[in-house]
Amino acid sequence: MNGVLDVALRLLVVFVVFLTFPLIVGQTEHKVMAHMQGRLGPMYAGGFHGWAQLIADGVKFAQKEDVVPAGADRRIFQLAPAVALLPYLLVLLAIPIGPGEGAVGQVLDAGVFFALAVMGVGVLGSLMAGWASANKFSLLGGLRTAAQLLAYELPMLLAAASVAMAAGTVSLPGIVDAFHWWWLPWQIIGAIVFFVAGLAELQRPPFDMPVADSEIIFGAYTEYTGLRFALFLLAEYAGIIVLCGLTTVLFLGGWHGPWGAEGLGWVWTLLKTAILAFVVIWLRVTYPRLREDQLQKLSWTLLVPLSLAQIALTGVVKVVIQ
Amino acid sequence: MILAAAASTALATPTADAAHRALTATAAGATHGFLSPTGVEIAFLLVGLVSFGAALVTVTTRQLVHAALWLVVTLGGLAVEYLLLTAEFIAWVQVLIYVGSVVVLLLFGLMLTKAPIGRSPDADSGNRWAALTVAVAAAAALVWVVVDAFRTTWIDLGGAAAGSTKVTGESLFQNWVLPFEALSVLLLAALVGAIVLSRKAKAETSPPPVNSRAGTGGSPSVPDSRNHPIEGKSPAEQEGAR
Repeated sequence: MNGVLDVALRLLVVFVVFLTFPLIVGQTEHKVMAHMQGRLGPMYAGGFHGWAQLIADGVKFAQKEDVVPAGADRRIFQLAPAVALLPYLLVLLAIPIGPGEGAVGQVLDAGVFFALAVMGVGVLGSLMAGWASANKFSLLGGLRTAAQLLAYELPMLLAAASVAMAAGTVSLPGIVDAFHWWWLPWQIIGAIVFFVAGLAELQRPPFDMPVADSEIIFGAYTEYTGLRFALFLLAEYAGIIVLCGLTTVLFLGGWHGPWGAEGLGWVWTLLKTAILAFVVIWLRVTYPRLREDQLQKLSWTLLVPLSLAQIALTGVVKVVIQ
Repeated sequence: MILAAAASTALATPTADAAHRALTATAAGATHGFLSPTGVEIAFLLVGLVSFGAALVTVTTRQLVHAALWLVVTLGGLAVEYLLLTAEFIAWVQVLIYVGSVVVLLLFGLMLTKAPIGRSPDADSGNRWAALTVAVAAAAALVWVVVDAFRTTWIDLGGAAAGSTKVTGESLFQNWVLPFEALSVLLLAALVGAIVLSRKAKAETSPPPVNSRAGTGGSPSVPDSRNHPIEGKSPAEQEGAR
C-alpha cells in the first residue's frame, strides 16, 4: 500500500509541476518581454502586477467554441494536441531535481534516451495538426516542423551522447552524480549545441519559422481554437521547462552548487532551470526569425560538426584522464 | 507505398509474433506453465495483438497518412514489448529512431508529395499479391529462425534487468562488435550512395534553377524546403521572408 501511495504522490507532484511551471514561465515571458520593450505588460488581472493574467487567458480559452474545419480529418485533428502535450509530461517524470531517489518522478536506466526519444514524439502532434487541418498554411507549417526536427535532432543527440560518454552512464541522476565543475568548460560546446537544437525543436524564436505569423499565420496551429489551441501553447511552455531542466541536468550539474548543501540541492536545479528559461525568453525578444534555408544551414553546417568535434574532444580527454 | 509498408510490417510483426511463440514454446518447461500466465505475459500478449492489428491496418488502409500514423502505433507497441522484456535501452532507441525519425521522415515525404485527406483510390498497388507473398515469406523465415534459436530460452523477468543499458552495451561491444561494425559500414555506404545519387540528379536538372536561386544564399546541398512544390515555386518568397 505504501508503494502505491508513493507512486501516486510522485505522479501528483509531477502533474502539479507540469500544470504550474509552464504558467509561471508564460507569465514571466509576458513581464520580461514587456520590460525589455519599455512596456508594463499585463497589470490588471489579479490585482498585483497582473499575476492572474494567464489564468484569465485559460478561462477565456475554455469558453471559446471548439471548431473543427469542415474539410479536416476530424479524429486526427482532435487527437493532435494530446500527442503534442503528453510527451512533455512523460519527460518531466524522468528529470531529477535533487540527489537521491526522492527527488525524481521515476528513476530510469536510460534516462537520456528516454527524454530525447519522447521529446521527438511530441513533434508528431504538430505534424498531425498541420496535415489534418486541410489548410495550406497549416500544411506548410507541418512541413517546416518536420524539416526542422530532422535537422536538429541529430546535433541534440550527439551533444547528449558526448556528456553521457563523459559520465560513463546514460541515466540522468547518474550523469549529475558524476559531474565536476571542470565539466562546464569541457562540455561547453555540447551544452550550447544542445540548448540551441532544443530551442529549434520547440520552435521557439529565433527558430519559429514553422509558425511564422507574417507568412503562414500560425503554421500547423492555424485552424485550432479554444482549449485545443491552449493545449498547443501549454505544450510549448512545458517544452521550455523540459529543455531547460534537461540542459541543467546534463550540462550544468543539476543540484551541484558552490555551497552544495545536501538538503538545498533542488534549489540549485530550479534556479539554473529558471535562468535558462529567462535566456529562452531573452532570445525571443532579441533575435529576428531565421529564414528556412538559414535554419537548415545552421544545423547541418555548424551544429552537427560542432557536436562531432565535442564528441571527439570528450573521447580524447576521457582517455587521457583515465 | 503498400509494398514498402508491407515490407516494414513484415519486419515489424514477426519479431513480436515470434517472441510470443518463443515464450509460449518454452512455457511448457518445468517451472513455467501455460495455464498460469503472469501479468507481464498477459500484457505482452495483449500489446503484441495491438501491434499486430495496427500493422495490418497500416498496410490495408486506403488513407496514406493514416497508414503512417498506424505505423507509429505498431512501432510504439514494439517498444512496449521491449520494455516488458526489460530491454529498456532498446525500447527507447526504438522510439527515438523509428517513431521519432523514420515516421517523421515518412510523413515529411508524404506531405511533400501527396497527402490527400480522405481515401486515395490509387493507393492500391497492382503488386499486392506479390507484396503479400514476400511479406508472408519474410515473416515465416524470421519466425522460424527466432523460434529455432530461442526454443527453450526463458527470460527471467523477476531478477535483475536482463536488458539494461550496461548489459546491452557489454554484449554489443564484446560479442557482437563485428556485426556492429559491418552494419555501420553498410550505413556509411548507403549514406555515400544517397549523396552520389542526389548530386547526379542535381547536375542533370539544376542549371536554370541554380541561377535563379543564387541570391537566396543557401547552400545547394540542402535538399529540404527548396524542392517542395508550393514553396519552391517562388524563391522570391524565401528572399522576402524576413
